Amino acid sequence: MREITKEEIKKAVAKLFFNANINLGRDVKKALQAAKAQEKNPNAQKMLSIIIENYKLAEKNQTPICQDTGMAVVFIDWGSEVILRNASLEEAVNEGVKEAYQEGYFRKSIVKDPLRRENTLDNTPAVIHTRIIPGEKVKITVIPKGFGSENMGSLKMFNPTATWGEIETYIVDMVKKAGANACPPVILGVGIGGTMEKAALLAKEALLREVLSKHPDPFWAEKEENLLLAVNKTGIGTQGISGTITALACHIEVFPTHIAGLPVAVNLNCHVSRHQEVWL
Amino acid sequence: MKDLLLPTSDVTDLEAGEWLNLSGIIYTARDQAHQRMLQDGVPFSLKGQAIYYAGPCPAKPTKISGPIGPTTSSRMDPFTPFLLKEGLKVMLGKGQRNQAVKEAIKVYKAVYLVTAGGAGTYIASKVKEIQVVAYPDLGSEAVHKLIIKDLPVLVAIDIKGNSIFQN
Repeated sequence: MREITKEEIKKAVAKLFFNANINLGRDVKKALQAAKAQEKNPNAQKMLSIIIENYKLAEKNQTPICQDTGMAVVFIDWGSEVILRNASLEEAVNEGVKEAYQEGYFRKSIVKDPLRRENTLDNTPAVIHTRIIPGEKVKITVIPKGFGSENMGSLKMFNPTATWGEIETYIVDMVKKAGANACPPVILGVGIGGTMEKAALLAKEALLREVLSKHPDPFWAEKEENLLLAVNKTGIGTQGISGTITALACHIEVFPTHIAGLPVAVNLNCHVSRHQEVWL
Repeated sequence: MKDLLLPTSDVTDLEAGEWLNLSGIIYTARDQAHQRMLQDGVPFSLKGQAIYYAGPCPAKPTKISGPIGPTTSSRMDPFTPFLLKEGLKVMLGKGQRNQAVKEAIKVYKAVYLVTAGGAGTYIASKVKEIQVVAYPDLGSEAVHKLIIKDLPVLVAIDIKGNSIFQN
């Protein structure tokens, strides 16, 4: 058995959120530069220039890229040989979130109750997903998730006989409906299969992949490519003002499902697609 | 690029699709502030004024303003015709507006501008002064009075109702 302390978890979570909100990932930066080069609408190109200047300035000033520093989503893969003594994992994670959001001068965007809407003032609680994996290590992945894009997500339980064409139309219509609200150029996280909640979780996990990385199964890699082309054909463009590029990437994650169903969930991420991970 | 100094009484020469250098006074207001203004009345005169749909991060001690990019404007659509009637001239945010807002923009000869969503730190660098002027209990969602200098914005809906959005 290996022991990990509450303090180690807290520190790791704080550092990850701090970095994620300030320093944009290299893959997203590369995708944004490529988008600017491909963009044919000068207005959209100017928007992309501002977006690029913004992430550079955020890194230089060490301030958040976007004022919506998000709801804290945390995935924890916990090694079966690791023990956390006399402490709650949830508490350790939330203390890390609290520290990052206070010390980073991040916006506190969480309300205690969805209807009564009183701010918790420290951006907690986090949404935590835990999984047990074999071994002596712990992997922590964080996503500060902005709600401009989160609000535009959608889930549909298709009939098992539905065609790919029907699914593609559903997803493209959804991106059209989201328009500028999801802050395009977006990244599409698509979850297909499992149950209702599994599809939604797969969609979120799809956002964690390196931008433009391909699905290992060529069947799904081709679907990802087709979907990206179809979304960009809508012409919605950066910030919804028309243009060549509406999405930077489309990632699909799949899971076995029931003979009677075909769940499809889509989770959108804005161009400030933030996530960071560490192995402890 | 044309300059637009706020507040302003006349936006008739602005056309959808043109970029402006925006400077002057603009007030932030998001969902909760809009709801209060509708319920309890607007706590200051809106005549010729501009509203920015935004809620900043807290400022670092060395900075004037924390990151302050636009939020989704359409969430404010149900409240907007009322504010336009009260004299609001300029709105700044991100994304489409509904038909009722478009009609009200034509009736009250106002303008809707957009800037780059997600560009929080860049936009903060154009803020020269920031101060809470109403609803301090709302925190980031309070009404902040900003003085901005040379913020690039795109005219999204003009007084004729012309729009840069597809629908």
